[in-house]
Amino acid sequence: MSSGGARPLAPWRWLGVPMLQVMAVTFLFALPMRFWGLSLPEPVFAMPLAFAWAVIRPSMLAPLAIMITGVFLDFLWGSPTGFWAVCLLLPYGIVLGARSILAGQGRAVMWAWYAASTALAIGAGYLFTMLDTQNAPNPASVGWQFLATVVLYPFADRLIDRFEDADVRFR
Amino acid sequence: MSLRDNPLGELRVPLTWTAGIVFIVVLIASVAILLSDRREAFDTDASGNPRTMTDKVMAPVGDALSTPGRLTGQGVDGVRGYFFAVSENRRLRAELENMRQWRDVAIALRDTNERYRTILGLKTDPPIPMATARIVTDSRGPFANSRLANAGSEKGIKPGNPVMSENGLVGRIVGVTEGVSRVLLLTDPASRTPVMIDRTNARAILTGDGGPNPKLEYLRGQDPVKSGDLVLTSGDGGVLPRGLPVGVAVKGLDGRWRVVLASDKAAVDFVRILLFEDFTQVADTRKLLHTTPPPPTPGASTLPPPAPAAPAPTTSPAAGSTATTPGPAAGAPATPQPKVNPPAQPAAKTTTPQPKAATPPAKTATPQPKAAATPPAKAPATPAVKTPAPKAPAPKAATPPAGAAP
Repeated sequence: MSSGGARPLAPWRWLGVPMLQVMAVTFLFALPMRFWGLSLPEPVFAMPLAFAWAVIRPSMLAPLAIMITGVFLDFLWGSPTGFWAVCLLLPYGIVLGARSILAGQGRAVMWAWYAASTALAIGAGYLFTMLDTQNAPNPASVGWQFLATVVLYPFADRLIDRFEDADVRFR
Repeated sequence: MSLRDNPLGELRVPLTWTAGIVFIVVLIASVAILLSDRREAFDTDASGNPRTMTDKVMAPVGDALSTPGRLTGQGVDGVRGYFFAVSENRRLRAELENMRQWRDVAIALRDTNERYRTILGLKTDPPIPMATARIVTDSRGPFANSRLANAGSEKGIKPGNPVMSENGLVGRIVGVTEGVSRVLLLTDPASRTPVMIDRTNARAILTGDGGPNPKLEYLRGQDPVKSGDLVLTSGDGGVLPRGLPVGVAVKGLDGRWRVVLASDKAAVDFVRILLFEDFTQVADTRKLLHTTPPPPTPGASTLPPPAPAAPAPTTSPAAGSTATTPGPAAGAPATPQPKVNPPAQPAAKTTTPQPKAATPPAKTATPQPKAAATPPAKAPATPAVKTPAPKAPAPKAATPPAGAAP
């Protein structure tokens, strides 16, 4: 075995670059553009990150990166500060705890887990909004955002494929 | 080399535990930040509020990034206008013909209103100054609906100012810094707007829920609203001016009354921010608290008589009742009379054409009497907005002749 396999994974490769990419794409989707009278959907692009980072390996920097991404979403979208940080950290923690169960699962099962973690994040957002504003968000709008986020699983899958075996200590 | 022989394998458990501890700490910190944040307590001090600082950074970036899309849209509109110029011209001619009748009605109503105001001595609101801004970012999720506009405190914008597109009310300002302001949309779950149904004057609170059509809550009375009723701001509470167009009432699939927003008719790219200040902003409350009350009006029936000397230690019941119970003779002169203008002023207006005379000629498109009150309320940008016409007399004055009704 070569000594290069034991080299730890550089955080900027699997945390920093995807985080900046997600911020950029989220910002682009927040531009006021309409196509044929319809505005763009608003998926939570940070959700694939939260899922993939938990699957790839336990990390001390990943929760911080999720928190920074969540606060960025709050500032961009105008939600209360910390709202998306909490909503993203909750599924991250669940998936991190179930990491041993997820190991070796097929793509369909992983997609189902991703959908469940997305439901947890958006459900937490629904609850926090209801408590904060004394007003239940529109279920149809919540459903649309859930669907728009669930279809983003291929990005999480790509990230997992790329970095899951990159650190020999967590194979 | 087997896994058992891997010397780094022993690091697995400590790293996992440390990552778990860091996760819990970060989660607790995030919850603390969330609990300490209150969106309604926006601080307008740019140096003290990270949110306004990030808005200040994001606004020019969003402005620059949205420029290609905006230019493309303008180009597409130009091409479309070129190819559809004939049909557009035909449509505009018909609309202009209809608007001419409305103009005559509006002139007659304005004249009538001026006379009423003169007679009643009404104090009308001053015209509202405006600032124009361009929307540079737009969030449309179910939990927060807000936009950034590229105009801020340098144009006199303050939190609470209403924001309108060319079609209707969009929302209100909730955060301002130099060069940028954040608009809370009517659809945001935290948005509450006092509105009224134009047809019945019934009041309601327009409550956003993250969907495209906010709810009408706290509707009172029997059948206060019907599908298609025009919804306007009521001005209750003084937060928003009265009469801004909001949308049209519809029955939602969930059985609730909702509003199809007028601002959704077209893309909201440019907005007008009304620099409206309600009474609480205009009045200097500190000064009001320290103002000495005016001296009592002599002979006023509702006031105790002025004490010429030190109060007697013992007061007879008769004296007390005299002081608090006004006699009819004493009350009469102190009753405030409405300020009546000299009769010469209304008399001078006798040559003004009566509303009936100014009614547009009988045409099939003659507006209904109720709808005649709509155009003044729809023009918040003009000074006429701030002087909404009295609802009762206006439609009657504009009622076209019976034969003219379609």
